[in-house]
Amino acid sequence: MVKVDTIWSLLDEVCDPEVPVLSVVDLGIVREVRAGDDGPAGRPDGGEAIEIVITPTYSGCPAMDLIRSTIRMKLLEHGYSDVKLTTVLSPPWTTDWMSERGKEKLMQYGIAPPLPLQQVCHPAWFRREEAIACPYCHSYHTTLISEFGSTACKSLYRCEDCKEPFDYFKCH
Amino acid sequence: MPLPAHIDYILHLADNALILGHRNSEWTGHGPILEQDIALSNIALDLIGQARYLYQHAAGMMGGDTTEDRLAYGRDAWDFRNCLLVEHQNGDWGVTILRQFLFSAWQFYFYKQLQRSRDRELAAIAEKSSKEVSYHLRWSGEWVIRLGDGTAESFSRMKNAVDQLWKFTGELFVPASFERLLIPEGIAVDVEAVRPLWEEKVGEVFADAGLEKPAVWMQSGGKEGRHTEQLGYLLAEMQFLQRAYPNCEW
Repeated sequence: MVKVDTIWSLLDEVCDPEVPVLSVVDLGIVREVRAGDDGPAGRPDGGEAIEIVITPTYSGCPAMDLIRSTIRMKLLEHGYSDVKLTTVLSPPWTTDWMSERGKEKLMQYGIAPPLPLQQVCHPAWFRREEAIACPYCHSYHTTLISEFGSTACKSLYRCEDCKEPFDYFKCH
Repeated sequence: MPLPAHIDYILHLADNALILGHRNSEWTGHGPILEQDIALSNIALDLIGQARYLYQHAAGMMGGDTTEDRLAYGRDAWDFRNCLLVEHQNGDWGVTILRQFLFSAWQFYFYKQLQRSRDRELAAIAEKSSKEVSYHLRWSGEWVIRLGDGTAESFSRMKNAVDQLWKFTGELFVPASFERLLIPEGIAVDVEAVRPLWEEKVGEVFADAGLEKPAVWMQSGGKEGRHTEQLGYLLAEMQFLQRAYPNCEW
């Protein structure tokens, strides 16, 4: 009998290739794990099947294909070969699903974690800027350099106190 | 059996996203400064990602051996259902920015309404994409204001961009034959109802930018497969590999 908890802890070892400090579980893209009676129909030989439901961060995130195959490899290493990966789009991924532990790890890694509330990304809130704390010196004296950073999920800031540039994981 | 109009509708939305995504990707490595090069490349990625969901949805409905790749790389210009605005050549940074802004403003209000479509997959794609489009709208709108309300040179370039592009905006609000069949079904968005929202947003940004909406004759045809010659050149480059080496993968 496959334990769903075991699968969750294995998934917690699968890292996001772009932000390797976060696991796919921290990121909140694993929505559901189904196994046993709740799982998909097993194989004719009695082997158990597992279904993992994932959701993409951004539509164009080029890491999704790699994440899918890394999940398969990780489970295969532990003897789970019958894995069905289902992708769902709705409800759409939000940074609210990122774990608190994930946000702390981001901060230590030098990426400002997403704010809990979506503050500016609405056409009615044009030209307003969010107050983002520098992950190095924690100053709020920071400036947005570009709304689009090294990956779709980040924007680029500069700290005016310690002068370091840093990534902000956008609230989404 | 799905209605042929339903498939045309999904392809229309997919083609819009793919063609503008491809146009934006032509800037990758050529942006005026690194940050804006990255911004436009990110927008290109979002749009191509949205196009992939839509092509996958259409391919699923068409069945047989149809794939998203065949739909993107195996159709010719007259099969494409994108609006003329998105295929317009990049021109200078002002033209690219204005094209993105006019389209993002449309896509923003359009996707809001598409979330209520009876086609639940389309509704889910619209819900997902809406979040991304709000970034595109904000970014491109801010650039329109920065350039319009900038120097004499940047203003004259923006004015030139308006003169080049405005005639292609009318088509966004005129339902094509396939849309007219699907609006009563609750599948397609009534684009005429999107117009006042779009007009208001564009009006606000143009007012800040010191630009005026021209009153000109509107060119249409893209949604029915009648394109400008520019689409042919775009497809020749985008589809080259699949045409030279059909079904190749790497």
